[in-house]
Amino acid sequence: MMFLNAQKPGLIKDPYIYKPDSIMLDLEDAVAENQKDAARFSLYHALKEIDYHGVERVIRINGLDTPYWQEDIRCAVAGGCDAIRIPKTESALDIHLVEEKVLAAEKEFGRPEGSTLLMAAIESARGVMKALDICDASERLFGIALSGGDYTKDLQTHITGTGIELMGARQNLIIAARAAGKQCFDKVYTNLNDTEGFRKDVETIHLMGFDGKSIINPRQIRIVHEIFTPSQKDIAFSEKVVKEIDSKKAQGIGVFTVDGKMIDIAFYDGAKRTIELAKASGVYKGEL
Amino acid sequence: MIIQKPGIAGTLESSDAQVTVEPGDGKIEFELESAVINQYGLQIRKITYDTLKRLGIDNVKIKIVDKGALDCTLKARIEGAVYRSCNQYNDLPWGGAIQ
Repeated sequence: MMFLNAQKPGLIKDPYIYKPDSIMLDLEDAVAENQKDAARFSLYHALKEIDYHGVERVIRINGLDTPYWQEDIRCAVAGGCDAIRIPKTESALDIHLVEEKVLAAEKEFGRPEGSTLLMAAIESARGVMKALDICDASERLFGIALSGGDYTKDLQTHITGTGIELMGARQNLIIAARAAGKQCFDKVYTNLNDTEGFRKDVETIHLMGFDGKSIINPRQIRIVHEIFTPSQKDIAFSEKVVKEIDSKKAQGIGVFTVDGKMIDIAFYDGAKRTIELAKASGVYKGEL
Repeated sequence: MIIQKPGIAGTLESSDAQVTVEPGDGKIEFELESAVINQYGLQIRKITYDTLKRLGIDNVKIKIVDKGALDCTLKARIEGAVYRSCNQYNDLPWGGAIQ
């Protein structure tokens, strides 16, 4: 998910050429206080007129403690965005407030009801502790995301580059998301010159189970895709696991080996997920 | 809509346009600066007049300094300047006068 300032025409006119999975057009922090109105016009016309070639368009609205968020929602929904990202989410009530305005906007602008998805950015200690409530708050909510800067400030620490300060929040968020059947996304990595640090950061969150990473520059895309795309070895193994489980189940066999590893039904969902991810990444050539 | 006071929107960055509007003398006065005026001047003029028409404005001095803006950016900047000049920031007619 690549962050882009909605107020900058040069940034939002063609980001799809870098092949991000999604873009997050920002009306919040990236836009100066006296440019909030101008950013909305820019956003609306970009949504209506630019072909983003299937890249999902998520809009970060301003916080619910500002005078901007309700008009942000009207603009984003009228433009036909795919999802709205709610900043500084701290409770299920925040989700309900946004959901109500989104539904009203869908009705006002003739968009299909329920077509605008939501995601919640968690940026505080309270938000982390309420993560499961937030995840369960709405059918529209497809995922949650950690926002590191504000969260570490709230914790009275700072981004160290080691990830130590984020361990608890990351763990809590991924567990809450999985418990609720939602997706979970990690924060941005702001030091663009530290490629090795970025790679380690992405490897860590990948191993933790996150579904993706927020990024701030196209040059970070390749590394995220490299780490999140299943290897051909993983794909081949997963394919064997799915096929073997399907065939052995018919024969009444529950436990067997594939490439010397003991396999049972518990491996099935993970193997299927690897195949689905390989398909989504465009690297699967098999027949499953 | 009636242009009540000068309004400005946009920047002089590449791919953007800076649009200034102010109360007119009973008609539309259009001024354009652009490095691509020979290639796209007429198209920019058409977008400007079409956008002003949708907004119901026929009395304005409008100046555009174009830095290679796409059509969608030009519309956004014209509307931005107009709504600023009218002090309207909420309940905007998305999909109506703005399209």
